[in-house]
Amino acid sequence: MSRARRLPEPTRPLPPAAPAGNGAHPTLTLVQGNEACARGALAAGCRFFAGYPISPSSEIAELMARELPGCGGVFLQMEDEMASLGAVLGASLGGARAMTATSGPGFSLMQEHLGYASLAEIPCVVVDVMRGGPSTGLPTLPAQGDVMQAQWGSHGDRAAVVLAPGGVAEMLELTRVAFELAERLRTPVVVLADEVIAHMREGMRLPDASQAPPPPRPGPAQPPGPAFAPYRPNAAGVAELPAFGRGYRFHVTGLMHDERGRPTSDPVVAAALLDRLERKVAPAVDLVPADTYRLADARVVLVAYGITARIARAAVDALRDQGVPAGLWRPRLLWPVPEQAMAQALAGAELVVVAEMNRGQWAREVDRVLGPGVPSAPCLKAGGSVITAEELTQHVLGARARTVAP
Amino acid sequence: MNTEKRLLRPDMMPHMLCPGCGHGIVFEAMLRVLDRRFATLDQVVFVAGIGCSSRIVGYIDAGTLHTTHGRPLTFATGLKMARPELTVIVVTGDGDGLSIGGNHLIHAARRNVDLTCLLFNNEVYGMTGGQAAPTTVRGAYTSTTPGGNRETPFDAARLAEAAGATFVARAQSYRPQLFEGILEQALDHRGFAFLEVLTDCTEYFGRTNRLGTGVDLLQSQSRAEPAIGVDLAARPTLRPVAETAVRPTLPMGVFHQSRRPTLAEALGVGGGGDELAR
Ligand code: SF4
Repeated sequence: MSRARRLPEPTRPLPPAAPAGNGAHPTLTLVQGNEACARGALAAGCRFFAGYPISPSSEIAELMARELPGCGGVFLQMEDEMASLGAVLGASLGGARAMTATSGPGFSLMQEHLGYASLAEIPCVVVDVMRGGPSTGLPTLPAQGDVMQAQWGSHGDRAAVVLAPGGVAEMLELTRVAFELAERLRTPVVVLADEVIAHMREGMRLPDASQAPPPPRPGPAQPPGPAFAPYRPNAAGVAELPAFGRGYRFHVTGLMHDERGRPTSDPVVAAALLDRLERKVAPAVDLVPADTYRLADARVVLVAYGITARIARAAVDALRDQGVPAGLWRPRLLWPVPEQAMAQALAGAELVVVAEMNRGQWAREVDRVLGPGVPSAPCLKAGGSVITAEELTQHVLGARARTVAP
Repeated sequence: MNTEKRLLRPDMMPHMLCPGCGHGIVFEAMLRVLDRRFATLDQVVFVAGIGCSSRIVGYIDAGTLHTTHGRPLTFATGLKMARPELTVIVVTGDGDGLSIGGNHLIHAARRNVDLTCLLFNNEVYGMTGGQAAPTTVRGAYTSTTPGGNRETPFDAARLAEAAGATFVARAQSYRPQLFEGILEQALDHRGFAFLEVLTDCTEYFGRTNRLGTGVDLLQSQSRAEPAIGVDLAARPTLRPVAETAVRPTLPMGVFHQSRRPTLAEALGVGGGGDELAR
């Protein structure tokens, strides 16, 4: 029998997941965050994974190595992270839904290819399970220090799309969303997770393994031929590149290019391209709305994402118990910054507290959007441990005593 | 000429190669091979890195992927795994493929990815203005070796063979027919076919080392071939041989050819009547 397999059409159903259910909750399975991420990718039709081992993301690669061959996919362990993302982009240009997963040091190495994928409009998903940095830093202690890098790590003005899952189930869900966004917007999408969520186990419902994967990526509306312009955008401002070898001949480059894909150094063309690339990712802010907790009547608003948001919920409860009208606004999309939604959610707050495991990377964005009118007192902690609910509660009480008139 | 019409993209012209650049000779020879072999380039994808040689893929009316510096083999590996049926030809240079991309070269060779890797070796970084490369011969002047190069160059072909390439060859722009024949064999080969082609950067390597015009440089390549050699020492435009950094005598031809499973075969990817898949 032939073992021949073909990419990229993900036609075969998923292999069965680990035995579902347990005694207490027959439909729930105990799943690790990294496993949930891999399951989400497989359900989204990911059939190519190239990666390089690095804690705390390695379980994603290990699970993909186990599962991909069974559903017509390919797993490659590459020689480094630059090669990993390069191979992912090559596979994506062949038409496959493709991803890689890494952590800080590897994410640093991937920056050049993230920029390439943005400019050349190649869909892919990059998972960065953050650990303490800079450099080799703190393997494998939790951090949220790659937030700015996810947006600005590549040189030039890159329009980034970055998601922040807040739990194990969301590792699966947002990985799936990441593929949807990447395919629709034809751009790299980063899933920015943290070590705690990646290694935590929670009961969750796994997707139906027999469900057919999504259909192959649609080709461009233009017919092939000498007039074909691969980078002529559709109505949504997105250039829908065909896969190589499907009747279209075209040029892909990391140089600034015109609609035909020809390199150009015309400043007008280049500026218009940068502008379009930023505009085309803007709809992401509506597609990935923020989550809230006890926010409706809150006067003190905590802003947190990832595992810190989980902790912030406990802090909100503790504050409410003490009579403080606290609530949580949890962005699930960090870049592009959901400015309008943020401004709306935080309007009328008498105190905003951004809690994050870094030295204020996203707090700066919140301050920028809110302006100096809203008192803000970020609760920041870098160095490899989470902010505890008690620390956050005390921080809010202290800040409130200082900033809010009695 | 019809070949040019069929294979080239007129709207990408004029090309950016300098007058006399050896890459033009190699490119033209490549086009002759493509013309003979492919009725259409619909199923052919050229993948290149960054540098003067890498830029030529954009002139070919095929699928063309101009990637990042040093990484074309990584893109090609992913593409080939996703679409094993495509013919993938990687065009790289000595800086691109041996310096910044050296790690990817040895691993692509080790994996035996079924593609042709064409490495243009002009011993210098042309596009960035003539800096030393890992292939620059000892003693040669470049903008970053103002006192002459003190380092020892790579032998790219031996490196590729040691890393596991299953087809290893060297050709030169001085003898395009030899190159064409070897390129045909490389394209016939199933597995990682590495073909180094010696070519010349007239603008930087030639000028900095006062080696003369493109023609003089071409003839200097013939030192490896006494039968067609010209006594360069006798030419007044050149420095005496003893004082001139020249290529050591390098053998040309196919050095190694073997058969072992390609990456796709090893992983069971792709079909096409392959013995490992049965
Ligand atoms: S700089 Fe050198 S290698 Fe580049 S095109 Fe000019 S002559 Fe050729």
